[in-house]
Amino acid sequence: MLKVENINVYYGSIHAIKGVSFDVNKGEIVTLIGANGAGKSTILNTVSGLLKSKTGSVTFLGNTISGIVPHKIVTRGLAQVPEGRRVFLNMTVEENLEMGAFTRKSSELRDSIDDVYERFPRLKERRKQIAGTLSGGEQQMLAMGRALMSKPELLMLDEPSMGLAPLLVEQIFDIIKELNALGTTILLVEQNAQMALSIADRGYVLETGRIVTSAKASDLLNNDAVKKAYLGG
Amino acid sequence: MSLVISQLINGLQSGSIYALVALGYSMVYGIIMLLNFAHGDIIMVGAYVAWLAMVHLALSPILAIILAIIACTLLGVIIEKVAYTPLRSSPRLSLLITAIGISFLLENLAQLIFKADAKRVPPLITGPSINIAGQYVDFTAIITIVVSVISMILLTFLVRKTKMGKAMRAVSEDMVTAQLMGINLNSTISFTFAVGSALAGIGSILYCCTYPQASPTMGSMLGLKAFVAAVLGGIGSLPGAMIGGFCIGLAEAFVSAVGLSVWKDGVVFAILIIVLIFKPTGILGKVINEKV
Repeated sequence: MLKVENINVYYGSIHAIKGVSFDVNKGEIVTLIGANGAGKSTILNTVSGLLKSKTGSVTFLGNTISGIVPHKIVTRGLAQVPEGRRVFLNMTVEENLEMGAFTRKSSELRDSIDDVYERFPRLKERRKQIAGTLSGGEQQMLAMGRALMSKPELLMLDEPSMGLAPLLVEQIFDIIKELNALGTTILLVEQNAQMALSIADRGYVLETGRIVTSAKASDLLNNDAVKKAYLGG
Repeated sequence: MSLVISQLINGLQSGSIYALVALGYSMVYGIIMLLNFAHGDIIMVGAYVAWLAMVHLALSPILAIILAIIACTLLGVIIEKVAYTPLRSSPRLSLLITAIGISFLLENLAQLIFKADAKRVPPLITGPSINIAGQYVDFTAIITIVVSVISMILLTFLVRKTKMGKAMRAVSEDMVTAQLMGINLNSTISFTFAVGSALAGIGSILYCCTYPQASPTMGSMLGLKAFVAAVLGGIGSLPGAMIGGFCIGLAEAFVSAVGLSVWKDGVVFAILIIVLIFKPTGILGKVINEKV
């Protein structure tokens, strides 16, 4: 479904991503794990078209999407929940959801909003509220609901557990599993390797811009080097 | 009593023009963090277009008005495309200096083409004086206030309720995430310039109704005062720009009413200094927390 081949991304003279290749198959949950600054978000932003790779290519559903502007990539069926949620704080919950469906016909809007409210009843209660007044967990739900509004084939999530209480993290990860069971392919970027690997099919371990290991998630959970570096022994 | 009413009308009249122009400043600042100092000169171009249309093309006032507003709208979009889009990832100071450069360019082009002397714009909107509480009020004053208020209501509807308006708000809040939603950054920014410049075009026509002449530098003082209005209201805030505009207009009228009309401009800039010292975010402006 998604194939990333040999991408090299620079911030000025800093070589952030060094020849990274990976793929995501339809129906999978794939996770990229790695420490802060390993380049996880950079990779997602390159796939989304916000950053450009100097080499290689990104292919999605058989079409090359590298070099396409971000707002067109969304229409191909690829959505990103950015790091730190990045909901529009001055807009209402419902307006945020409408923005998520920006590329779709307004006639389809109502049904999709209702779908999201069904999945996240809390958002329905707060639909007229300004997003800035929501708690961190609610904002994460809103960011996910907003991304789902574009009806993506592939949903990319950047650190959905960031800054959330453990109970909420579990709730969010349950929702990710559910979405996947309903047919959405997931690319999950996480520092919380334990959680990410526990729901993923496969995982890639990223270190300073390079992929150092890739394996089935269950194998990575038992891999000594991974345990030592990311799973607290 | 009659003096109070007539000065109040004067204040609201010039205030509504300041408000229209201030809205353009605030919208553009809100979306790309640029103080577009070329904005005032768009008013000047609008006045010349109206003059050309009526005097040289012998068009009817209504056609001249439409032509002037269209010209202002296009000019705003062209300036954005040619001068500001290439600098989108440059430091904000480069953008600001470019805006000042565009302002000089427009003023000097106008002087080159039309010479420095002012051109008399024929009456664009005429009508009988209207009796308000025993006081005859000039028709253009009423039209100016009414048209401005209607424009502001339409703008508020546009920004709050329409898809494009919501896209503008999304882009002004978070340009990167807006793109992830599928919002086209370039067209949204162009649209913002188009709306802001159309409002300046309307402002230009209303200004010409009261001061019926076009001169190369007519836009700079009006633009600066509208900028003060935008800062007073809280730059980036649209209701703020409206309030700021009316405040500046009323302040000028008050200063004139007490016989200090020579101090009119000075008072406006004194307001700017006071706002910047005591409440730099303006009446409705928000403190922006820089992300780290």
